[in-house]
Amino acid sequence: MRAIAIDDNELQDCYALLGTIHDPEIPVLSILDLGIVRNIELLHSLQDTGHIRVTITATYTGCPAMDTIATLIRMELLKKGYKTIEIITAIAPAWTTDWMSEDGKEKLKRYGIAPPDKRFEIPTDGIACPQCGSSNTRLLSEFGSTACKSLLQCNDCAEPFDYFKCH
Amino acid sequence: MTNASLIDFTLYLADSTLILGQRNGDWCGHGPVLEQDIAITNVTLDLIGQSRSFYQYAAQLIGNGCTEDQLAYWRNEREFKNALLCERPNGDWAQTILRQTFFSFYQRELFTQLLHGADTTLSAIAEKSLKEVRYHCRWSSEWVCRLGDGTQESHERMLAAVENLWPYVGELFVAAPYETALQIDTATLKSNWMDAITAVFTEATLPPPSLTSTFMHTGGKNGQHTEALGYLLAELQYVQRSYPGCEW
Repeated sequence: MRAIAIDDNELQDCYALLGTIHDPEIPVLSILDLGIVRNIELLHSLQDTGHIRVTITATYTGCPAMDTIATLIRMELLKKGYKTIEIITAIAPAWTTDWMSEDGKEKLKRYGIAPPDKRFEIPTDGIACPQCGSSNTRLLSEFGSTACKSLLQCNDCAEPFDYFKCH
Repeated sequence: MTNASLIDFTLYLADSTLILGQRNGDWCGHGPVLEQDIAITNVTLDLIGQSRSFYQYAAQLIGNGCTEDQLAYWRNEREFKNALLCERPNGDWAQTILRQTFFSFYQRELFTQLLHGADTTLSAIAEKSLKEVRYHCRWSSEWVCRLGDGTQESHERMLAAVENLWPYVGELFVAAPYETALQIDTATLKSNWMDAITAVFTEATLPPPSLTSTFMHTGGKNGQHTEALGYLLAELQYVQRSYPGCEW
């Protein structure tokens, strides 16, 4: 398939470029932090015909951010000079919060969203407050501001906060 | 298994999730409290997302440039294969929640079967959707218990919801020709579903359900619907029918 040898540096550049694209709903996370970029294939390098294929996966089947993210990827790659850009949405394997980077979880916390925590597969009281760190918290609703979050409130600092659910 | 059966079955899954999603969407801004308004609309978002996955696959199987939008917006009532349960009116919160519980538990059993089915795309969509469906099962069945085992008023409303919706659950377990072709085991579906629903009803202090106690409506899977679907489609398809091909 490859006409000429692909420069690994070019592939690295592509990953770096996608690392600058952020989730429109949670702007603190890049799409790499979220783990939704599954693969980048350089079929023909920029020096050649500039043909690239990016495989992404949806977090939730109905996540409205996915169409926006696909458009953002296309725009960035066009700007970079690629001529043929294929964006494939893979269904399997199903996205899981296990693919979220540790760095991403830290960023979420600093942003005020409690990151997914294996001890709370099912959201309940006690998920640590991202503001003050207290575990004296209560679940307000299993569903939050987006499909991927639940809503809690801290009993100590009284701040309501979102919890990014395990998925 | 013929390709026609696979297309019909995929459309059955797509139509059922779309129609229930459209029904639930009516609650947006009208939920009993803000958190539950958000919850039901999030469930809706998942249903529409699943529906899109199934329509995209059906469009791909049909070929000839068919798109998910054509399938959702340009088919008439008799072409829709959704389960009758999905098109039943929202009624009050009890009826909406019970309808969701019935359907989510059905999806859970059906999608679990699809995981091991012959079609890899349906297995993949089922695997992804199951993560969402399990959440819907828990949330909606908790509400059935809360209302059933709540006040006298909420208990009576849940009883009325059962009476209204129960005649529409039997159809889920009557195999359409395309389900038979795809070797969907409706007998196992039925017994697992009944066990799960009986457990919910027991906790909700509702009388134990029986699939033989009443007349069961059928037809939805083959395009014969209740009068409710036509009105729903008129609203759902209005923009595309009035301004064909419009996008935003």
